[in-house]
Amino acid sequence: MAKTPIPLRKEFLKGLWNDNPVLRMLLGLCPTLAVTNSAINGLAMGLATTFVLISSSILISLLRKVIPHQVRIAGYIVIIATFVTVADKFLAAYLPEISKALGPYVPLIVVNCLILGRQEAFSSKNGVGRSIIDALGMGLGFIFVLVVLGSIREILGSTTLFNIQVLGDWFNPWMIMILPPGAFLTLGLLIGLGNWLNERKVKI
Amino acid sequence: MNKTAKMIIVLTVITALSGAVLSSWDSITKPKIEYHQLQALKAAISDVLPSYDYYEEKAINEKTVYIGKNDNSTQPIGIAFKFDGSGFQGNISIMVGVDPSFTSITGIKVLGQIETPGLGTKIVVDPSNKTNPFWFPEQFGGVILSPQIDVVKNATPQNPNEVQAISGATITSKAVVRIINENIGMIKELYQSTN
Repeated sequence: MAKTPIPLRKEFLKGLWNDNPVLRMLLGLCPTLAVTNSAINGLAMGLATTFVLISSSILISLLRKVIPHQVRIAGYIVIIATFVTVADKFLAAYLPEISKALGPYVPLIVVNCLILGRQEAFSSKNGVGRSIIDALGMGLGFIFVLVVLGSIREILGSTTLFNIQVLGDWFNPWMIMILPPGAFLTLGLLIGLGNWLNERKVKI
Repeated sequence: MNKTAKMIIVLTVITALSGAVLSSWDSITKPKIEYHQLQALKAAISDVLPSYDYYEEKAINEKTVYIGKNDNSTQPIGIAFKFDGSGFQGNISIMVGVDPSFTSITGIKVLGQIETPGLGTKIVVDPSNKTNPFWFPEQFGGVILSPQIDVVKNATPQNPNEVQAISGATITSKAVVRIINENIGMIKELYQSTN
């Protein structure tokens, strides 16, 4: 399976751009679309997902030789669900406002394909160090897209950024941006922009 | 070790460990979560009732009412209770305060809702109204309950039992009023039967 080992730096950077979970692999779109009506919600969701991703990657890569192949998905889901519940309770106990804003989308991290996908594709085949680097890169890539998406939608839809007024009264907020269609429009344009930038890079 | 046994053992160990982690984490976070819920409840009660010195919790037929009282009198100065009902997209839960004779509302506060952001969410706060973002919940203060609360559209309320709908969120505005109208009679009967 492993030919020449990929340098760790590349393993980390691939999550940020080339294999970005949202822009390139289109994974984890449900929370991406649902919670990004403000930058802070995007950031909180990104951080919670990254926490779950890194913790599960560590544990699953440690247990990769112990868990029998036939029951691996069941095992992964139990591990992921445990970390999700830990994150959910943490938010409810220490950051009640954010927990209220994210609502049911925190428990739904369990079914985020990004997390199970990385376990199946990476942590179950690689060592702990490499898995942490991979999870960190993917997590940061996920946070990056959610914060950009949340920022665009919050600026245009509520004229604020991280709850600070950035556009004056002259700007009539585009209500659609904080409604579900705004999420689809913005994400579509972002993916398009990502593809366009990637093509240019190849030509140069 | 045969394969089946290994599968069972590994999965059992994983789930048992998971249970252990979760139950201990739950006991750490539970007091904090309950504390936040109590704070939110206290804040909501003080928002919907006139200023009081303390409040009593009273359970009548599985329904909890919060009775605000002053130190120097046994007479209640207001009664608050929580209602739930369906809004435009999902459940709306509201804390409602009334005067002890159930003639008018002293205040309402929306505790939970999943209405359309930017439209229905104006029942909580309306950022587009710079002078008073809380105009919708605040207009309920002093509204007369008989014969029932009515909603008026695109007009300033003329009668003491009317409130103005949010433009673009008529269904949500009506839902709030409907939830109050539907439940207040029941609470009134329950409360007065025990006094």
